[in-house]
Amino acid sequence: MTGDDLVIETEALTKRFRRRTALNECSLSVPRGRIAALVGPNGAGKTTLLRLLAGLSKPSEGGISVFGKEMSTMNVELRARVGYLDQDRPLYPWWRVREILEFGRRINPAWDTEFATRHLSRLDIDLESRVRDLSGGQRAQVALAVCFAKRPELILLDEPASALDPVARQDLLHDITELFADNESSVLMATHAIDDVAAICDYVIILSQSRVVLSEDLDYVLESHRFLSRGLDDGVPVPRGATVLQELRTTREVTYLVRLAMPLERDGWRIERPTFNEIAIAYLRDQHRSTPAKSEFGEEAGATP
Amino acid sequence: MSNHPTIVFHLDTRSDRPPFRQLVDQVAGAFERGQLRVGDQLPSVREVVRQITINPNTVHRAYRELEHLGLVEGRLGLGTFVVEAVESAPREYRAQSWRDTLREGVAQARSSGVGDDDIVLGLQSLLSSDAEVRS
Repeated sequence: MTGDDLVIETEALTKRFRRRTALNECSLSVPRGRIAALVGPNGAGKTTLLRLLAGLSKPSEGGISVFGKEMSTMNVELRARVGYLDQDRPLYPWWRVREILEFGRRINPAWDTEFATRHLSRLDIDLESRVRDLSGGQRAQVALAVCFAKRPELILLDEPASALDPVARQDLLHDITELFADNESSVLMATHAIDDVAAICDYVIILSQSRVVLSEDLDYVLESHRFLSRGLDDGVPVPRGATVLQELRTTREVTYLVRLAMPLERDGWRIERPTFNEIAIAYLRDQHRSTPAKSEFGEEAGATP
Repeated sequence: MSNHPTIVFHLDTRSDRPPFRQLVDQVAGAFERGQLRVGDQLPSVREVVRQITINPNTVHRAYRELEHLGLVEGRLGLGTFVVEAVESAPREYRAQSWRDTLREGVAQARSSGVGDDDIVLGLQSLLSSDAEVRS
């Protein structure tokens, strides 16, 4: 992949606050034209990373490149090409939706009122209603429409569907895909709802303990992980090129969730495909893993009794 | 011509099948059941995105795969259509999953201690008994 195809590239990005390191030597890239998910537990550094990418805060160390250019808090022109939606979705409760759009038009050069109006009318949201009279789901939809109305080339969403009931959540995810389809942009969406990722994302980054543990195409993630099972007495070593993420034992059988680096030699193993949910949980649980390449070959894992 | 789409996709987010493969399976399945016929137009990517919650890239990828399998044809500026070649294509498509199933079966037999010779014998007896049923 060449640099031209990437919207985001970070190199050993580190962010320290007074007492703690929120992001530790984080190197990742996001290809153009995707809805990418940024997955990780609370406190993993997701918000810190998004704010750095939006040019809203300064890194302690390392570099951030957005559209191949160095992002900084001073780069107004580059920042204008990036949309950022805070997880608190800040909207003044007494403002009317129409007033929000009017305000947006005045402060953003590339503002597209027609785009926002069309989207909100499709959702039956009255432009004359005040924010405080909207439901939580509608507020989230207005905030999202405002974010897209800047017509940014990169959209950063921080937990866009948090605190919404299941129907509002589904509606919002649907909005994201529709706006994405209309806008020809790239999206990076922080979430800890793994089901949301499988629903709309096609690229996944998993952050754990302030580090990147996975950064890949969702289809590839599904194709490169397998459950391997065998009887405890069979003594078959874990295949070459398989990294064990998780081990489950019964009285007579052992099952490994493995990441495959090469096609599998099937001998002696019962093979099943894991869901994205199962894969993601295994990475998020694996607290001691520092990089995904830690035990690239199976000898180490195969030696377990 | 009705306003209803020729096919409505659904996505199982808890499936182990990659999303684009789920769509490919659904088109092949609809054709086998006769719900989709030669000349039918598949909904545009934009229409699918409006109908269900799905990443447009996933639909693009599924349509590309279907074209590759010879099930559909993209006509510039017109849309994506089910084509004549579809009569033979699903068989080929099924053949791939058939091999996968067989491979899993062999792996299962081996892991339960069945030798390769016995697997071949078992398969032969299965085929001959099936041949009797057919004739």
